[in-house]
Amino acid sequence: MSITRRGFIQGMGAATAIGMVGVPHLAFGATKKVVVIGGGTGGATAAKYIRMADASIEVTVIEANKEYYCCYLSNEVLSGERTLDSVKVGYSGLAAHGVKVVHDTVTEIDAAGRKVKTAGGKTYDYDRCIVAPGVDLKYGAIEGYSEAATETVTHAWKAGPQTAILRKQLESMKDGGVAVIVAPPNPFRCPPGPYERASQMAHYFKQHKPKSKVIILDPKASFSKQGLFQKAWTKLYGFGTENAMIEWRGTPEGSSDNKVVSVDVASRSVKTEFDEIKADVLNIIPPQQAGKVASASGLVNDKGWCPVHLDSFESKLHKNIHVIGDASVAGKMPKSGYAANSQAKVAAAAVVALLNGQEPGIPSYVNTCYSIAGKDYGFSVANVYKLTADKSDIIDVSGGVTPADASEEHLRREVEFAYSWFKNIVADSFG
Amino acid sequence: MAQKGLIKAILATGLAFAVSSAIAADKPAEKPATLSGATGSMLANTCAGCHGTNGVSSGPASPSIAGFNKEYFVVAMSEFKEGKFPSTIMSRIAKGYSDEEIKAMAEFFAKQKYVHAKQDFDKAKAEQASKMHEKYCEKCHEDGGSAATDETGYLAGQWSPYIRMQLKDYMSGSREASKKMAKKLEELHEKEGDAGYEALVHYYASQQ
Repeated sequence: MSITRRGFIQGMGAATAIGMVGVPHLAFGATKKVVVIGGGTGGATAAKYIRMADASIEVTVIEANKEYYCCYLSNEVLSGERTLDSVKVGYSGLAAHGVKVVHDTVTEIDAAGRKVKTAGGKTYDYDRCIVAPGVDLKYGAIEGYSEAATETVTHAWKAGPQTAILRKQLESMKDGGVAVIVAPPNPFRCPPGPYERASQMAHYFKQHKPKSKVIILDPKASFSKQGLFQKAWTKLYGFGTENAMIEWRGTPEGSSDNKVVSVDVASRSVKTEFDEIKADVLNIIPPQQAGKVASASGLVNDKGWCPVHLDSFESKLHKNIHVIGDASVAGKMPKSGYAANSQAKVAAAAVVALLNGQEPGIPSYVNTCYSIAGKDYGFSVANVYKLTADKSDIIDVSGGVTPADASEEHLRREVEFAYSWFKNIVADSFG
Repeated sequence: MAQKGLIKAILATGLAFAVSSAIAADKPAEKPATLSGATGSMLANTCAGCHGTNGVSSGPASPSIAGFNKEYFVVAMSEFKEGKFPSTIMSRIAKGYSDEEIKAMAEFFAKQKYVHAKQDFDKAKAEQASKMHEKYCEKCHEDGGSAATDETGYLAGQWSPYIRMQLKDYMSGSREASKKMAKKLEELHEKEGDAGYEALVHYYASQQ
């Protein structure tokens, strides 16, 4: 079966070569089809880069929303530093690359039949499918929390209307109020995100509601860029003093001190095993797993994430399906927008190679995540990643975080570069 | 100089280094060997998140690197590695690529079409600086700064915030200019002051 199929693909590769000297490709009735599920940063990038590498491949992106709100930089909407519209992007750029964008929701992937079915009642055949569903929020992990409750107690971990609600709540909060952020356990989308969010809230309070504060309840003992955040908080928000505008309540290894177990949505109060905290604004970032379509299609492991071959991002559980971005288990790479963009390019190159009867080439990956802690105060983590020789892991071969002794000018420039990065990553993924 | 030689020697050994590092006493954690040999486009695609698709930046702080001269690209990357070219993240990033990989990226970007950035500028300042460019810069940054040579990147149509940043670093001494460039920059500054630098930024931005 597989030999026959390989022969068939090679035949198609030959057909392409003939196509290049003038025989119409479609005459063979074998246009190669790729269906991309999810039009976030990973899905959009994969679709665009497949078309850039091989315009004979028909690429269809299936995405529920007509517009995408970037999660990156959306914390700045909370402080009022930017508008929600400034993180919004449409799909006309992909269309210009010849990508078909369909607004629908995938209900099922038939891996054996190589078909995708949608809520709209359509069926799409594919030769290769790329699944980029992002994360699914596990509301049920915190007693009393639910999707319906997010109108009152936001997650705002998928940017858009949720971000707008949280911003409004911060605006209506009285001076002297307390905003509580419930941070998620590892692994989750955007590891520095909850802490940048606290920073942006404090940045807003400092200017408009100086008696207010942010409390982070964290089930973890440590967090991403912790030293840099705490240094920034000390400088900007009195961290560690009596008048601290940000308080981080972590949970040491082996204890469950600040692990939130339940929420009372109406009174905006959360319970840990030892304490009850009432918030004026409550933001719960729930534990996460791979997006729903991944689990519905049997692409996840027992922890809820998608194991993949790291040179192609092809699922280890189903052939011809590749999973990229937050949903995948991508070695040491974090779940971030840039990581999804980088993985998408590796997957796109592999898909193009495989559809042309070749083996995937050697991959190269990168990630940079900026965090903006306050005015002219940014820092980053940047790493170059490579595949290990035994192909079992993706590890960083250089990089790290902004130096602890970075000058004011350096921190200011990181903000400038963060904004510049935003424009480029959006254009590179969607443009 | 000796250090540069050492770095080059390490980089040249590539995989051997990755393997031998496991037994080096000063390495706290063992790092497994990794695969090298990705194509130029695969490697260059990792740059696009910050420098734009095929190296054409949407700006404004990160420069376009499409169409860069190969030699210039290679020198810039090695200066990032050595810390000679001041940066925020590039020194961290550049160390992740071997000399061979950087060469492959350089070849990829050299083949891409440079696109002049669409950006605002002050017309009067741009006109005023046209003569300054002629007098102080043109000898190396030929054709109004629109030539990419083995010693220079593009100035014409490059993003203003980036050029402003570089001028600031040359002035503060954190980026070392060549002797002839340092001399010209000083002459220009003596005659025109900070305003002269700023006018030049507008001149390059005006070339669209």
